Amino acid sequence: MGMLSKIATGILTLIVIASVFAPFLTEYNPVKIDLNSLKEPPNFRHLLGTDNKGRDILSRILYGGRFSIGIALIAGIFSLGIGLAVGLLSGYYGKKIDMALMMFVDLVLSFPSLLLAIGISVLFSTGIFTVIIAITAVSWASFARLIRGHVLSLKEQPFIDAARAIGCSDMRIILAHILPNCLPLSFVVLGLKLGGYILTESALSFLGLGVQPPMPTWGSMISLNRVYISSAPWMVVFPGLAIMIAVICFNIIGDALKDRDYITK
Amino acid sequence: MLKGELGRSYYTQRDVAQDIMEKFPNTIRLAFGAMIIAVPFGIMLGFISVTNKGKFFDRLASIIAVGGISLPVFWIGLILMYFFALELKWLPPSGTGDIRFIILPAVTLSLPALASIARVARTTMLDIAEQPFIRTARAKGLNEWNILLKHVLKNALIPLITVIGLDFGSYLNGAVLTETIFGWDGIGRFMMEGIIKRDYPVVMGCLLTGTSAFVLINVVVDVLYHYFDPRVRINGNAK
Repeated sequence: MGMLSKIATGILTLIVIASVFAPFLTEYNPVKIDLNSLKEPPNFRHLLGTDNKGRDILSRILYGGRFSIGIALIAGIFSLGIGLAVGLLSGYYGKKIDMALMMFVDLVLSFPSLLLAIGISVLFSTGIFTVIIAITAVSWASFARLIRGHVLSLKEQPFIDAARAIGCSDMRIILAHILPNCLPLSFVVLGLKLGGYILTESALSFLGLGVQPPMPTWGSMISLNRVYISSAPWMVVFPGLAIMIAVICFNIIGDALKDRDYITK
Repeated sequence: MLKGELGRSYYTQRDVAQDIMEKFPNTIRLAFGAMIIAVPFGIMLGFISVTNKGKFFDRLASIIAVGGISLPVFWIGLILMYFFALELKWLPPSGTGDIRFIILPAVTLSLPALASIARVARTTMLDIAEQPFIRTARAKGLNEWNILLKHVLKNALIPLITVIGLDFGSYLNGAVLTETIFGWDGIGRFMMEGIIKRDYPVVMGCLLTGTSAFVLINVVVDVLYHYFDPRVRINGNAK
């Protein structure tokens, strides 16, 4: 799989760079309506065609990538942060703290995650932050559970006893000794999950609960354009391909990281 | 609530329990349909990987499996709908009804499960294929298929049943996206509409039904462990 994961990394880097530098790569404004070029099939001026309001699909996909990948990344980092905090506390202190925290984690995990995310997005007004909150709320728990397990096994190792023997405080043991040992595992798992977050984000925007139009995201492009699927299939096909390629790349990279070192040990 | 009284919807004033009774069978049918597709094809992909380990077909099967969990369900649903319903006109695009209506949503829904089954099948079966008793079986001169079916697959059943059970259970909670796209009148769509309209009796009723089904499936899976793996049986009794 070595070759495959290299290709995936390359493609993903390309997608990210293209999204970040979207304004320099495309001359079209992703939200500006152009009545002179409605529903054009892919051609040389509009490589991936235009939508029902004459907006260039390629430019919308590039700008949409900023939201889709950005939201997934931020939500992933938030989830990881919360998961680390809960997992470290729970695993290190054990007993009642552990029981209380893990009960809460189990509670969150027992909900069907997409439905919980939908429920949370409905509570707040729609927007970028709501999507981030929704994805974080459904995904921190699995991090917490995993890190707790890892802390439990780390805690028994001699170097922690040594640290305690030379008089380190609990705080110092957690932050300076246990946390760094949790990080490699955390980042591998984060890599495995980012693809899923992109899917959740696009599912939420598909249902109209994500970033609101006219701002483009991959999910909302599919959702808004799906009524035109018979007359202008390119309007739906390309955003979906974008999601698929990005998520496949994330998953391949995540798998490669996992095989390479951590989890199997 | 113990009497099966789940209240009435705030909006339609209809009895929630009755609505769920009407919609839940549709969800069950869809979940079954998806599983009928996912299980054999998933295991078959696993077989392909095991028999061609490290070769082209193994990689191809792995890529298909990664693709399956990476596909946005709502998108592949729309594309299938476009080809088979709008272009070829073989199947109806959406709605709830007989077998013709179920094919497209079931195929759509089966893809992620198919992929996860294939992945689990591959890893567990590769593990088992390296164990001594498989070499013994091969040394006895059993043919490959016999080994695969009777020895490898049988020992891989436990993890497989676990994934299948989890996927099936989550489908019973309603496949929100698939049901939305295909206008399938199931519990997932019902619940999502309930959430968006803040129709709490509906949401609670659906959650209750879905989670009960999930727990039930898990119990069934545990019982199946006993059935398929004698080790579980003996350990269980010894306790």
